Amino acid sequence: MERLRRTMLFMPGNNPSMLQSAGILGADSVILDLEDAVSITEKDSARILVRNAIKNINFYDTEVVVRINPLSSGFGIKDIEEVARVKPDALMVAKATEEDISTVCGMLEKIEEEEGFEKGSIKLFPLIETAYGIENISSIIASSYRVIGVLLGAEDLTADLGIKRTREGEEIFYARNKVASVCRAYKISAIDTPFADMDDIEGFKKDIQKAKSLGLTGKAAINPRQIDTIHEIFAPSLEEIDYAKRVMKATEEAKKEGIGVFSLDGKMVDAPIIARAEDILKNARLAGLL
Amino acid sequence: MEIKVPAKAGTMESNDIYIMIQPNDEGGIQLDLESIVMAQFGKQIKETILATLEELDVKDAHIIAKDRGALDYTIRARIETAVKRAI
Repeated sequence: MERLRRTMLFMPGNNPSMLQSAGILGADSVILDLEDAVSITEKDSARILVRNAIKNINFYDTEVVVRINPLSSGFGIKDIEEVARVKPDALMVAKATEEDISTVCGMLEKIEEEEGFEKGSIKLFPLIETAYGIENISSIIASSYRVIGVLLGAEDLTADLGIKRTREGEEIFYARNKVASVCRAYKISAIDTPFADMDDIEGFKKDIQKAKSLGLTGKAAINPRQIDTIHEIFAPSLEEIDYAKRVMKATEEAKKEGIGVFSLDGKMVDAPIIARAEDILKNARLAGLL
Repeated sequence: MEIKVPAKAGTMESNDIYIMIQPNDEGGIQLDLESIVMAQFGKQIKETILATLEELDVKDAHIIAKDRGALDYTIRARIETAVKRAI
């Protein structure tokens, strides 16, 4: 998880204006959407436009992910055929199952060989948005070595569960925990569902803080205005960075003296505390704060 | 590729181009182009449209294009979509 993936910004795949500004909006990743943002009559058009955009537009350091249609729709296979040949960084697979991930992986092996791309260079991002997906997230991730992260889709998930989506998000507490925990186990990105109400700034901030506190590593955005707030909240605070630096310094000194466990500010410091400090400093470095 | 039925692609939104394509009974390519940047880029847009048609092996077609400031990649995409819908 060397790449910083705090924000993944959704962009409608059939909109040239948005596609051509995708690389300069400051998101860590952009998701060029061929699924929900594109009407059923324009699937062919968006697929060709997104293919041309990836081939011709400079996205700078922004990671380019394409959300393809579900394989069961018939559009998904065509999306892969067209878009994988211009080598996006990753494909996001809607309503992913183990079988879908294996199928997409198989298609990518063939396309990479035909196009002369390095094997495994196109990564996968399952979208977990069904009750089945939540309960089988571990085996879905394990279905391909290409999986680098998971996006939790709460709207579809709550619809599948037959429950109401609320602003507070208590109904997705379990799903967030599950995604965070399993993704940490596989050392891949755990991306939280987007927050839809652009006018509720306080609610938005609380929602990001909740996701961060449960162990999710980033959040999807549906508007460029959301990017800065997500980055601010996901960035380690100056206090956290300062404490992490002191932990690392004290660890060095303890090592020299041959001490395994020591105390800092009256609190015990052992391996998990050191690991957390290392994690904070790594994220701070990636975010350019060090 | 033979253009068999009339087809459309693109939109009238800014940075896009709206393409209508239909069979041309008189043979050859007939292109009617309107653009908000006609004076500055009319020639290049025309060249891009004709080059894309040639790559797709379209020899006979009547194209009406209404450009709203589309970049090359969009012009090419919309022509390709319109042609694929028309064959």
